Amino acid sequence: MLAFKLAFRNLMGAGLRTWLNVIILSLAFVMIIWFKGMLDGWDREAKMDSIAWEYGGGEYWQKDYDPLDAFTLTESHSKLNRDQLNEIDKGNLIPVLISQGTIYPDGRMQTILIKGIDKNQSFLKLPTARLDTMINEIPAIIGANMAKTNRLEVGDIMTLRWRDVNGTFDANEIQITDIFQTNVPSVDGGQIWIDIDRHREMMLMPDEATILVCNSDFRQDIIYEGWDFKDLDFLLKEIDEIIKTKSIGGSTFYFILLMLAWLAIFDTQVLSIFRRQKEIGTYIAMGMTKRQVVGIFTVEGAMHSILAVFVGSLYGIPLFWQQASKGINFGMDGSEFGITMAETLYPYYTLGLVVTTIIIVVLTTTLVSYLPAKKISKMNPTEALKGKTT
Amino acid sequence: MKKTAIILFILIPILLNAQYPNGKDILDKIDQNMSAKSTIYTSKMIIHGNRGDRTVESKSWIIGDKKAYTEYLNPARERGTKMLKLEDQLWLYSPSTDRTIQIAGHMLRQSVMGSDLSYEDMMDDSKLSDHYSADVIREETIVDRKCWVIEMNATDNTVSYPKRIVWVDIERNVPLKEELYAKGGKLLKKTELYDVKKVSGRWYPMRIVFKDMLKEGEGTEFIVDEIEFNKDIPEAIFSKGSLKK
Repeated sequence: MLAFKLAFRNLMGAGLRTWLNVIILSLAFVMIIWFKGMLDGWDREAKMDSIAWEYGGGEYWQKDYDPLDAFTLTESHSKLNRDQLNEIDKGNLIPVLISQGTIYPDGRMQTILIKGIDKNQSFLKLPTARLDTMINEIPAIIGANMAKTNRLEVGDIMTLRWRDVNGTFDANEIQITDIFQTNVPSVDGGQIWIDIDRHREMMLMPDEATILVCNSDFRQDIIYEGWDFKDLDFLLKEIDEIIKTKSIGGSTFYFILLMLAWLAIFDTQVLSIFRRQKEIGTYIAMGMTKRQVVGIFTVEGAMHSILAVFVGSLYGIPLFWQQASKGINFGMDGSEFGITMAETLYPYYTLGLVVTTIIIVVLTTTLVSYLPAKKISKMNPTEALKGKTT
Repeated sequence: MKKTAIILFILIPILLNAQYPNGKDILDKIDQNMSAKSTIYTSKMIIHGNRGDRTVESKSWIIGDKKAYTEYLNPARERGTKMLKLEDQLWLYSPSTDRTIQIAGHMLRQSVMGSDLSYEDMMDDSKLSDHYSADVIREETIVDRKCWVIEMNATDNTVSYPKRIVWVDIERNVPLKEELYAKGGKLLKKTELYDVKKVSGRWYPMRIVFKDMLKEGEGTEFIVDEIEFNKDIPEAIFSKGSLKK
């Protein structure tokens, strides 16, 4: 307790030097929590959006389907069996049929994916009810990015060309019946959504599908021959990897900030020990062991981090609270760049994140404070009392 | 009276059709006129795009309809690129990567050097009479030439275009125009053939314009600069090894 009292008095006595160290350390501390909170918020939102728009509770993929290899699309479709059709009727599975096609908006040629989906589905956020429209053309819905890239609006009519299962060309007009706003690029860019029954007629593929999206309540241990189940861990792996990459990049930034703070504390400690040799000698003369004196100086250094926690809280808590409730607007959403990221990110701060950051900052600062203080144990008390350096 | 009307109603179309020759016979005559044992030609492909025109020059050596070897001569970016077709297989050699790749599957549907032609269009060497029925539906005049208009409908479902209409010069047995239709009846592609000249005793179009009818633009022009028929071509040229030479 004496060590804490002494350390506190000495720190206050050091005045501006202490506060400069504390401010830098508090900045590092707030930055770490802010950045981590932002990544956690992004991760949480991206996963929730992906589940709501695309993955549901997981997906069954036709065995030949590989979303990264467009060449597999001609083969990756199978007839659904009776069990699968029953689950579709119960609303536990949504069939999606994927094929390639070409649209000609204003005479421009654009290769796209045609995705046929059950217009009556209810557990994905895609506005598929808008496909249930009686018009002469094929009703189609597209994402806002697709609309922006191809300068399309609701009501626009254009030609869609495709090849059926035999490779024969066919073409018809489609009409955009809805444009949806989503943060999930994999349901938006380079694709149109139409009713699966119409798609099956066009492709001559009755009762066939490429993927089956599961409802979140659906049992995932059912095995369908010729279909591979992909759970959410697998489907969301890409988001995890993006966050991990961003986290590594961000760590470098706040590590530099922490290094500056540690360097300042280290220098302060070295200077203190050099200037306060008589004080060290007096402590020892008064009966303190060298270990106790090292303790006083280490606590003094480490106390910078405790003060930084308080100072950081003063401006950090209002900042975090404001951003967590209002979000951070980036002016554009990540789907334009092919990543699942909303235009407004809501950082997600947890108690665990704050406590872990405090522990890491306090422990590392303590270590940085101890390293110069260790030198005291090698001092000759008599020489120290005289103020001589050894 | 009623009976006579019915008979006439049935007979008139038959009688009208009878004045036209058999569509398949005309297709055979086209083959006789245009097919040769071997063909060597140098050509220009002018691709009319939104950002201007691009011209690709090449020289081709062809034996029958199964073997073809093309070397691109200009522009500098394409120079040295070679294409080899053997039966139903196609290889492309790129000098920049010094690699030979086989064009297969979906890649066949891609455009050849940004033109309105796909690799698949270039590969299409099957005899039309094997997959289509052919009926002369009328006589029409195109650019002062009298033509038979032949409608071809697919007899099996493996072809890319279920319906084709071709205009054939009655006198010269050269197609002057062709339209390719989708299953739903939409016109997808149009080919127009011009500058028909007599070369080595056969009539041959020296300029062909290919147009994707769904796309804006003026299409792709194919101009034959020089052409020779029935010349000897060394067999060694039609091998993968010759692509890297």
